[in-house]
Amino acid sequence: MPDVRTHEPDDHDNAYAGLLVNDVHWAFGTDFEDPLAGVDATVPDGVEPAALATYCLMLGDDALVMSQRIAEWCSNAPDLEEDIALSNIALDLLGQARLLLARAAAADGAQVPALPDGSPVPDEDRLAYFRDVAQFRNVRLAEVPNGDFAQTVTRILLFSTWRLALFEELSRSRDAVLAAVAAKGVKELTYHRDFAGRWFLTLARGTADSRRRLLAGLDELWPLWAELFETHDVERAASGAGVGVDPAGLTADVDAVLDQVLAASGVDRPDHGPLGGAHGRRGRDGHHTGALGSLLEEMQVVARAHPRGQW
Amino acid sequence: MSAVADAELEPELEAELEARFEATVRRKDRIEPRDWMPEAYRKTLVRQVAQHAHSEIIGMQPEGAWIGRAPSLRRKAILLAKVQDEAGHGLYLYSATETLGVSRQELTEMLIGGRQKYSSIFNYPTLSYADMGTIGWLVDGAAICNQVPLCRTSFGPYGRAMIRICKEESFHQRQGYELLTTMMRGTDEQRAMVQESVNRFWWPSLMMFGPPDDASTNTAQSMAWGIKTHTNDELRQRFVDMTVPQAEVLGVTLPDPELAWNEERGSYDFGQPDWDEFWRVVKGDGPCNAQRVAHRKRAWDEGAWVREAALAFASRAGSAGLEDDVSDGTEAT
Ligand SMILES: [Fe+2]
Ligand SMILES: [Fe+2]
Repeated sequence: MPDVRTHEPDDHDNAYAGLLVNDVHWAFGTDFEDPLAGVDATVPDGVEPAALATYCLMLGDDALVMSQRIAEWCSNAPDLEEDIALSNIALDLLGQARLLLARAAAADGAQVPALPDGSPVPDEDRLAYFRDVAQFRNVRLAEVPNGDFAQTVTRILLFSTWRLALFEELSRSRDAVLAAVAAKGVKELTYHRDFAGRWFLTLARGTADSRRRLLAGLDELWPLWAELFETHDVERAASGAGVGVDPAGLTADVDAVLDQVLAASGVDRPDHGPLGGAHGRRGRDGHHTGALGSLLEEMQVVARAHPRGQW
Repeated sequence: MSAVADAELEPELEAELEARFEATVRRKDRIEPRDWMPEAYRKTLVRQVAQHAHSEIIGMQPEGAWIGRAPSLRRKAILLAKVQDEAGHGLYLYSATETLGVSRQELTEMLIGGRQKYSSIFNYPTLSYADMGTIGWLVDGAAICNQVPLCRTSFGPYGRAMIRICKEESFHQRQGYELLTTMMRGTDEQRAMVQESVNRFWWPSLMMFGPPDDASTNTAQSMAWGIKTHTNDELRQRFVDMTVPQAEVLGVTLPDPELAWNEERGSYDFGQPDWDEFWRVVKGDGPCNAQRVAHRKRAWDEGAWVREAALAFASRAGSAGLEDDVSDGTEAT
């Protein structure tokens, strides 16, 4: 926000002043031109580039798909303050996704979809917009459709509690890019968890209706919770090489935080089991619910109509 | 509130207060919420600031509809941040109306009940991604032309809100223009999309300045009160003069055969928008009026249980300590 006290209203007498020049106040463009600018993108010794790239896709897709869902709230939230807060969360996750997809592409170009010669589409956008459903590696918690505000609060609480624990560990990665992304993400995810935790408590202890809706949201999402702690081979390899995190090792820490929120809210852990996968394959393997297909269809429609387009 | 006090004031005192109010306006000083003000001034401000706030909030919809489809991650972030800013603008402006004694809830109910208006531009649909650029360039651009003079408006909270808002609107305008210049460097299809979008938004953008001066009933009084500082036609001319060179740099044609430089006036001559269409849209018969209000009503209604839960939770927590600020401005000057 600009500081009102130091602002000269006459600066703005010409609406077009500075339209064609760059200045430091330009809120959007500047740090967006090269997502990895200034960070050492060398793949560390002893790390398989393809595995590192796939690992980055997993974490990047989690953020991208979750961001796409949360952004659906824009102009639809219960009040303006929540509209703004949800947009903030979606923006943070989108920023994480962009860095992680760019990292994946820099580590292993072979995973980046090919486009017609001369296409100016940058690598991270090729990964976001030109992969099909089965190539997405996100956990299924991120992709299921939005329900009401209580379900969204619950999803953000589950997701951010888990991802915050993961990023705290990832900030010590041997990969400089992952370590930097995680260190920045820790601050963001702390805010997301705080937002969701406070609303979870408020809805649990608000009215009978809000409590009923909250419990229904938790019930709906609970089957997707266990998947977050199942170790995929790629995660095991990344963890072994000192660049990634084995999610199974996060269970105790994450449970402790979640149990605290549940206890303060007077809510019991649901007791039903995890959602199955086909032949043991889950989101990390590219096996998804039907919801991801329609999410991607919307997300990718303009980009795919213009494979040589410049945006 | 000043209205309550008015009825009981001695005529001499009221005349003195009125003289003091007018002197403040003449000196171009600010009127503050606790100052005495004529009731008609207060009403005009509530109407104008509320309409402005509603425009920010309804204005989230035409662009919000494309966040999910933004064709690059960078554009998605820019668009989401922009629409989020508009929610923030709505918040500042609703806060300014609250200093005049009308709550956000009352105003929202007037909006969804069709009793208050918002800018007619948002009753036009967004049909391609180029519209995200055109809206930034022309719609935010026209909004800036309208709003820059309002930074000096006579009512303090409104003027200060406008200073914050104008700064952000200029970012909005620049991201829009930048999207269009980028698309113009792209494929033939993209260039055609830009031109088609400009064709649709040019006339509605000119309408954003309101009806011609001879048909604008409120302008004279608003100018005397220092709420408005320029007429609709003056601002429209200023917008055209600034926009034409930008269109040339961009490489698009503005869809007005009468557009021509007038050496004598040092300004561009231009054609008139279809004012019948303008009045139809204002009266509620534009392409998207019903949809925009229904969207806002649905979001508001679906959020009711959340707002109730927050109140219930806060009142329980509040009884443990926190007290509300109970000053409601009952003291008369
Ligand atoms: Fe705005
Ligand atoms: Fe804007």
